[in-house]
Amino acid sequence: MANLTLRNLTKSYGSTQVLHGINLEVGDGEFVVFVGPSGCGKSTTLRMIAGLEEVTSGEVLIGDRVVNNLEPKERDIAMVFQNYAIYPHMSVKKNIAFGLRSSSLSKPDKEKRIQEVAEILSMVPLLDRKPNALSGGQRQRVAIGRAMVRDPAVFLFDEPLSNLDAQLRTQMRLEIKKLHQRVGNTIVFVTHDQVEAMTMADRIVIMKDGHIQQVGTPAEVYHMPENAFVAQFIGAPSMNMLSGTLTVDGVALDAGTRFQTSQTSGTPQDVMVGVRPDDLTLEAGNPVVSGIVTVREPLGHETLIYVDTPSGEIIAKASGKTPPEVGAHVTLSADLENLHVFDAETGLALR
Amino acid sequence: MTATEIRPTTAAALETKAPPKPRNMGQIIRWLLLFLGGIAMVMPIAYMISTSLKWPHEVYNVNLIPDEPTLENYLYVLEDGRFYKWFINSIIIATLTTISNLLFDSLVGYTLCKFKFPGRQIVFIAILSTLMIPTEMLVIPWYLMSQSFGWLDSYWGIMFPGLMTAFGTFLMKQFFESVPDDFIEAARIDGLNELQIWWTVAMPLVKPALAALAIFVFLGNWTAFLWPLIVTNSVEMYTIPVGLSGFGDEADVAWELIMTGAAISTIPTLVVFLIFQRFIIRGVVMAGLKG
Repeated sequence: MANLTLRNLTKSYGSTQVLHGINLEVGDGEFVVFVGPSGCGKSTTLRMIAGLEEVTSGEVLIGDRVVNNLEPKERDIAMVFQNYAIYPHMSVKKNIAFGLRSSSLSKPDKEKRIQEVAEILSMVPLLDRKPNALSGGQRQRVAIGRAMVRDPAVFLFDEPLSNLDAQLRTQMRLEIKKLHQRVGNTIVFVTHDQVEAMTMADRIVIMKDGHIQQVGTPAEVYHMPENAFVAQFIGAPSMNMLSGTLTVDGVALDAGTRFQTSQTSGTPQDVMVGVRPDDLTLEAGNPVVSGIVTVREPLGHETLIYVDTPSGEIIAKASGKTPPEVGAHVTLSADLENLHVFDAETGLALR
Repeated sequence: MTATEIRPTTAAALETKAPPKPRNMGQIIRWLLLFLGGIAMVMPIAYMISTSLKWPHEVYNVNLIPDEPTLENYLYVLEDGRFYKWFINSIIIATLTTISNLLFDSLVGYTLCKFKFPGRQIVFIAILSTLMIPTEMLVIPWYLMSQSFGWLDSYWGIMFPGLMTAFGTFLMKQFFESVPDDFIEAARIDGLNELQIWWTVAMPLVKPALAALAIFVFLGNWTAFLWPLIVTNSVEMYTIPVGLSGFGDEADVAWELIMTGAAISTIPTLVVFLIFQRFIIRGVVMAGLKG
């Protein structure tokens, strides 16, 4: 086990720079999730940690060693791929044993280690099967087993759950989290799914266009997003954004509503006011915006309503049992503390 | 169309139903073309076997069933010591060439496919461009080369032009494209060197391509005529096609013996095909990936 440090990490392909100085400290045994839209550089970063991509500039440290110029096998890492990459011509056991090829363990010790891993992943009955006789979830478990068997300093997961169906994904998510609690290795996990990031991570790293947008615990990035991108990326459905102006008196929404905020500005400043659908209520309170219900999406315990307002389409959550009718005029209220104010130009949170 | 005309489409209904009758001219023409194609394929083989069972005086009769079938030709060919020698020559040459092609074509194909290095495309195009030069143009340089190296009338002389082929390299490169990089990267992380990755990970994943290539190369070398004819001088070094062509004397070609030899010489090709065709099952590669 070891901590992982990225220092001013950059990556360029020819003249195109795709990573712009990534700095990050991952603690020993920490579970860190990189999340962001496709093309944000999260997988590239992971591959640079693995040694599958060359580092253009900056440093990758595993433990105290700078590993920039080390081969992947010398870095004491293991990686689980999106496509599992378990070898179809080898049995499950051989696949797992493959991770131990370059290990100095004796044969009985290797055998013991394979058994241990198979037991942890409840794969003992599957050991003699070929991958094509396994389900998607089982294959993913084999891939995890092959990584685990080496007891690496750092586990790298490259979108390992995206090929699984929704139910299996939820199940594997839980299994990986339990596994982490049990083995305690440092994990870097890449996903584009913010739910995965929120549910699994000790800390989330949100990336966009080769820059880190925010690093924080799931609660921090959800409740205190540092910019409008993080605010909208984390949480589903996305945070609503309403344009307005910040003055000495507080915020005046373009839709007409005014309310006091802790932030003020001497000169009028264009802002975006963000409010999560969960925080908008149909009950009386501080009215934020009103409009006409255009679509309802019943989810059982609640109903998503899409409301056409002067500020554009706003999503809110309503009761699952008695949601407003389509066409009804509704006023959406929110607690002032749940409103997030962002600079309209830079997108940065104003606090 | 009325409801009663709708044909049953469930599996059970299809099984119990007789084969559908040709509906229109298009279908009849298609079947006719396939039938003619089939005839064109089968007739030469039928005549080869038929001729091998005929007496010399009957060879120029076009009848497919010999009037007086005989195995005399087979006895003659098998008792003729030269045929064995040619047979063994052909086996050695075709087998070694096949092994060489499987190894080196795939090694080059793999390198061109999975390694990014400057000039990669140029190398690939250069290899491909050799496909456009006909063998007839190459035999003279090959001959001069063999002569100056002292390879004339030797196994090496017969084999060297075919030990690697541009076609095989191209075929293998294309197949390696279907091997996901994840497999290779996973092996790299697991600590294999590049040669081990090629051998233990990539090669097993392209078995269907290797089988196809083995069949092509074996058959190509088994039936090769022009170059072995040119490079060999002594009867002992002949391959089957070269040897067979010499059956008979200047006045008369002994077709019945040539056809007998040809019939016997198809046996190894059938064996090779039967061994390798079971590997030609696509989709093996996909089994380890997402399900």
